[in-house]
Amino acid sequence: MTATRPNTPIANEGHFQSHYIPSTVDEQSEMLSALGIDNIDQLFADIPVEFRNPHLDLPAPLSELEIQQELGRMASKNRAMGSGPSFLGAGSYNHFIPSIIKSLITRGEFITAYTPYQAEASQGTLQVIYEFQTLICNLYGMEVANAGMYDGATSLAEAALMACRVTKREKVALADSISPAYIDVIRTYCQSQDIAVEIVDPSNPALGEETACLVLQYPNYFGYIEDLEALVDATHVQGALAVVSCDPTAMGMLQTPGHYGADIVTGDGQPLGIPVSYGGPYVGLFATKQEYIRQMPSRLSGRTIDKNGKTGYVLTLQTREQHIRRERATSNICTNEALYALASTIYMAAMGKQGMKQVAELCYHKSHYAAAQIASLPGYSLPIDKPFFQEFVVQCPSSPTDINKKLIDLNILGGLDVSEKIPDGMLLCVTEMNSKDDIDALVAALSELK
Amino acid sequence: MQQGGNRQTEKLMLERSVPGRVGVVLPDLDVPAQPLPNNALLRDDLALPELSEPELVQYFTGLSLKNFSIDTHFYPLGSCTMKYNPKINDEVAFSPGFASIHPMQPAEHSQGALELLHKLQGFLGEITGLPAVSLATLAGAHGELGGMLMIRAHHLANGDTTRTKVAIPDSAHGTNPASAAMAGFDVVELASDEQGNVDLNALRAVSGPDLAGVMITLPSTLGLFDTHIVEVCNIVHEAGGLVYGDGANMNALLGRVKLGDLGFDVAHLNLHKTFSTPHGGGGPGAGPVCCTNQLAPYLAAPIVSQNGDSYEFSTPAKSIGKLSGFHGNFGVLVRAYTYIRTLGDAGIKSISGNAVLSANYMMNALRGVYHLPFDRTCMHEAVFSADFQKERGSSGLEIAKRLLDYGFHAPTMYFPLIVHEALMIEPTESETKETIDAFIQALIDIDQEVTDDKDLVNNAPHTTPVARLDEAKAARQPDLRWQPEAAD
Repeated sequence: MTATRPNTPIANEGHFQSHYIPSTVDEQSEMLSALGIDNIDQLFADIPVEFRNPHLDLPAPLSELEIQQELGRMASKNRAMGSGPSFLGAGSYNHFIPSIIKSLITRGEFITAYTPYQAEASQGTLQVIYEFQTLICNLYGMEVANAGMYDGATSLAEAALMACRVTKREKVALADSISPAYIDVIRTYCQSQDIAVEIVDPSNPALGEETACLVLQYPNYFGYIEDLEALVDATHVQGALAVVSCDPTAMGMLQTPGHYGADIVTGDGQPLGIPVSYGGPYVGLFATKQEYIRQMPSRLSGRTIDKNGKTGYVLTLQTREQHIRRERATSNICTNEALYALASTIYMAAMGKQGMKQVAELCYHKSHYAAAQIASLPGYSLPIDKPFFQEFVVQCPSSPTDINKKLIDLNILGGLDVSEKIPDGMLLCVTEMNSKDDIDALVAALSELK
Repeated sequence: MQQGGNRQTEKLMLERSVPGRVGVVLPDLDVPAQPLPNNALLRDDLALPELSEPELVQYFTGLSLKNFSIDTHFYPLGSCTMKYNPKINDEVAFSPGFASIHPMQPAEHSQGALELLHKLQGFLGEITGLPAVSLATLAGAHGELGGMLMIRAHHLANGDTTRTKVAIPDSAHGTNPASAAMAGFDVVELASDEQGNVDLNALRAVSGPDLAGVMITLPSTLGLFDTHIVEVCNIVHEAGGLVYGDGANMNALLGRVKLGDLGFDVAHLNLHKTFSTPHGGGGPGAGPVCCTNQLAPYLAAPIVSQNGDSYEFSTPAKSIGKLSGFHGNFGVLVRAYTYIRTLGDAGIKSISGNAVLSANYMMNALRGVYHLPFDRTCMHEAVFSADFQKERGSSGLEIAKRLLDYGFHAPTMYFPLIVHEALMIEPTESETKETIDAFIQALIDIDQEVTDDKDLVNNAPHTTPVARLDEAKAARQPDLRWQPEAAD
């Protein structure tokens, strides 16, 4: 269907007028003649001729109409969370997203701006980052937050590395109740740095004098609320840092990691107004104590004044960063996922003091209602007797994967099979997006499945 | 600059907050209330703003108007490839069939997403000539870390434990040495020769049994295609090392040459540069890693494999492991896929052609007005020095700031580090000749201003929302969050 398009050249030769590239043949000729040459290929003479202009096996160009059709066909093969009751969480959460977020973040002035190195031309982005840092500090009860990291997993891995720098120790202890993906990413980050990674039982974490940090998740991967107070104290007794990955939604309700004395708090900002989007892009949250600020990775926006005394914002303490410090930087990170730091800032402001609490309470009550209903079904039980927030593990009468297959035939997306950790365990997540009817439909379906 | 609207943005959200206002109304609880946990587990207060929806829209819109952006200003920031970001890419990425799919949902209910990822792997492999691809890395520097960990894993798998050094040209981005260090290597800096190429003698001197590899940006950050590149790769390979390619500048090479043909072993691409995904004020981007079949077993997990008519995630046999929570920045990958499909084979090659033509046209027009430390055909960007203007009392920084008053974003300044008073300018293929001509004229006019009224230049910018900011104060007394006691 594209072969007959008149301006589609044969075999990559000739001129192609794309709607993204303004220059016409005439304009190209004008520019070429200013250079005293007659074709574009001459500009590439530095490329060894035997490798120049290779065959490029890509499909022919498509019109916008055709691309919409092709991508529409692909999208239709994916089950969207909104197309039926969905109870899958495990690090990526289905929450309500106010319309203003997409409307504001897709403004060209935000989405097509670069990193705000040129402060006078980037006050919008810089002030947003300052707002983000403020709200993340308040959310987690911490003293200082950075401008953002890639995602929750990398944020936590960087926190573990930072704890090693702060303590000058080379062993990190990970609670076995943190996300397996987080454990994998921490291992990848530590593999080349001579840092030993140890998995410990949070009910009795054996920490030693060489341990740099204890890494916890709050609520943990299975949704349960760890005894942070005791764990942070036990960590500090060994001179190690307490590193906590914390679901920001839970902060609408639960006591903060900062309250318990956590040293570094990270999280995935996805629940704060960012679509699940098959796993990304998200934004990593990262907060710590004032005393560790110079060991922090990533950007910081600081408030200052201009030469006329007017308040303004700049990137600051940049001597920690790769573009100044190169191989001695605190991290190689450059990107701070600013657009999603913006999304989460708008989300926290729109939800506000009351809305954050309401969302957390909706998740709490609905998940506890679901858990109680499922536990009352023959063959189903709750194997973990601890307070939880919005996720919990159900022990199923048969393989959770088999049960999920039957659920999806009823257009219900079940929970995650965690039977490797908990026999016949299914990790279910219930948020404000799940109505009572959704939950009752799940319970009714499970009651038929053995 | 354009200063649209008069909504006030000076007061921060917590200063504007009015008790009782709400920005969102949520549904009532529709299940019986459940017993709450022990009160000690609950927080007392959460200091978030209380603002209504119109106030929020006005505040953030007001803030947006304090930014320069591609949509509002020519943004010739060297090495950043600030090209037009097509709107359909955003529309597709935000559509429910892509934005509302859960990363852990079963593969049979995500076949469209997996098909897209699999085809994108193929496109990027074809464009780079490095056929094995992982899309799991979330940014350029993240891809660098992944690639360097692969090089490390390759040597260790060969029992080669002495390769501790990585050589990096002095013109490289700061992320290169930082990534090599994070991957556990010692960094050795490589000098550039007087043509801006890698100094081959310096390279030979470090190419021994302790060399793990080199990290090469092609074209270099000087905007130049290294005419010795094949020899660079050969020297490194003969010493048993591997060649890493920083694909930050791939916009110049699309369809013109494949990194794999030149001898590169592994490279990352910046989808937010070359493949038009928006920079977003500092991310999200994506930094896929492409490599030879020899290195494919080490790629970061997961990759997408085709199995008959269906697609699934898999982990390469000797993978360095996971580098991100799920499968990569999917929304960014969808945009890049859309872009490549839209441009197709002919359009991809047209990008590099027009980008390089525009850069050379601009460089030629400014030759003599601004110093060109490496005066040869450039690729997608040209690096000038403000030495001529500095002699008359205005530095590169001052010229860059003055450009803001003309409505143009500043070029990259003082980078690469090896060029004195560097001004690195990248026009990209998506700007019109009229815009480039206007920009050229502005730089000529500013040069004249340096002679006629250098105070005007040296106190610039004059038209932006704030004047030059006190960075020393910001660093000396860090004020990184709003607190009530700090307020008036």
